[in-house]
Amino acid sequence: MSGWEAVIGIETHVELSTHSKMFCSCAVDVAGPPNSACCPVCLALPGALPVPNEKAIEGIIKIGLALECTINESSLFYRKNYFYPDLPKNYQISQYTFPVCEGGKLDIDVDGTTMTVGITRVHMEEDTGKSTHIGGGGGRIHDADHTLLDFNRAGVPLVEIVTEPDIRSAAEARAYGAEIQRIVFALGVSDAKLEAGSMRFDVNVSVRPVGDEVLGTRTETKNVNSLRAVQRAIEYEIDRQINVLETGGKVIQETRHWNEDTGVTISMRIKEESEDYRYFQDPDLLPLETSAEWREEIRRGLPELPAARRARFIDAGTDAVTAGLLVDDSDLSTLFEDAVASGASGRAVGIWLTGEVVAYSRRTGTPIPDTSLTAPHLGELTGMVDEGKLSFSAAKEVLIAVMDGEGTPGDVAEAKDLFQVSDSGAIESAVESVLAENPDAVNKIRSGETKPLGFLVGQVMRQMGGRADPKVVHSLLRKRTGA
Amino acid sequence: MDESSTRVGTIAAMPVDIDIAKVARLARLALSDEELEMYGAQLGDILEHAERVQALPTEGVAPTSHPLPMVNAFREDVARESLEPASFLSEAPDVKDGQFRVPRILG
Repeated sequence: MSGWEAVIGIETHVELSTHSKMFCSCAVDVAGPPNSACCPVCLALPGALPVPNEKAIEGIIKIGLALECTINESSLFYRKNYFYPDLPKNYQISQYTFPVCEGGKLDIDVDGTTMTVGITRVHMEEDTGKSTHIGGGGGRIHDADHTLLDFNRAGVPLVEIVTEPDIRSAAEARAYGAEIQRIVFALGVSDAKLEAGSMRFDVNVSVRPVGDEVLGTRTETKNVNSLRAVQRAIEYEIDRQINVLETGGKVIQETRHWNEDTGVTISMRIKEESEDYRYFQDPDLLPLETSAEWREEIRRGLPELPAARRARFIDAGTDAVTAGLLVDDSDLSTLFEDAVASGASGRAVGIWLTGEVVAYSRRTGTPIPDTSLTAPHLGELTGMVDEGKLSFSAAKEVLIAVMDGEGTPGDVAEAKDLFQVSDSGAIESAVESVLAENPDAVNKIRSGETKPLGFLVGQVMRQMGGRADPKVVHSLLRKRTGA
Repeated sequence: MDESSTRVGTIAAMPVDIDIAKVARLARLALSDEELEMYGAQLGDILEHAERVQALPTEGVAPTSHPLPMVNAFREDVARESLEPASFLSEAPDVKDGQFRVPRILG
């Protein structure tokens, strides 16, 4: 894409995991039998009145605060009118001017570089029902014979987070999506599961010649349901648009659909005119006011956010990559925090957790909390390695046995006879016999070659059954050969 | 969108310029030429009235979104029993497998 610059904005929809829907008391139960969580409000029966869910409002304020937005003192609900049967009202309750949150930002790390993505707004709306298109083969809307509607999801609280067009590459977009997902999950307001549709992305992409100030025509791609899809769909769309422009064509402003299987975006519809949703204030809903006290109370209740946690883990001794891996896994981060709190080395614990512990869990298919590993075990294990009582390879064997439930690291090392021999007498006699058996090597070392030293260390270790402290062996050999 | 409901044209005779055909199209209303003229004139009267109201000096007056001085009618996040699906599905013109069935959707 030399000579071209991509300009990307992302809309993220987040379903809040409240007990009840946004404007009625139906349970949030999208997995239940079809239409089992519906009432006069979410079915739009005449006369039914929506009443906002206070918990959902708290949820969006939390998201807004986490993204450093201004939480508007007064905000309004609007009707977004459209003709599509996925909401029975013929409109979606959403927000237009005066959303709950405006003007925030999010710092993201892309390949070790920090960049800032502006947040235009975060607004509250309701999710739509689920449409199943039947007939025609593809399950797609265009060739369906008819459509089945399940309104269990209709009215589930939905938060939309809109970025400024600050993103310049597919990798940045992916990093943004991942960080938003972490934040929403850490806030506890949503399960943030992309695969379950509780979090969804729409990506707006345009390209322009490098150096141009004017934005190119943008497309909006929907059905982007994984972080990998965010990256692939944007890469595809950038290439497609550049190709269109370089071959003398024009990019059409349209909605496109990402097809995960074929790896391409296809046009959903070309409109003769832009969408006109005839937004107007919903007269059924009162203005929403947030007092300074309420905003402050919610702010005080915010949990530690992933970025702060990563910074803390780095302070505890891990590198940035390890900190990221730990923070992304609540089981690992809990073990890490507990082990470090009791005095273990953050660096060592981080390496063991993200290395051998994760490998064990994957290999055996055992979730980490189901193994016998505890934070004190990690402290004991890393302590023994630090003190030179266990070699790294012996420690690995001990860890596996501990995770298998064979006991504490000390017990396991004892039972398996894995402690390094610190008795210098035993090591010295092994060194003497190896020196006697290898006069050639000794002569070479004495004449200035260093290579045979490693060979001799290996010989001593072998005689010691691998349990000698290599540092001790090394220093004894150097002393005896004068290397 | 049903093409038969799409009409293009502006009722130019109206005192306030409004694309009545577009408004009808957005609302998916199939209006005859006579109806376009009639509703166009009526809407024009309404907009004319709105213009008169808009001409009032409102500087320093906060926009009124609701006539009553009330805010924040909230509901506690408690799930209550929903309707028995059969009770409303029986009112639908077409139902299949516990779901509403609608004709194919035209973009």
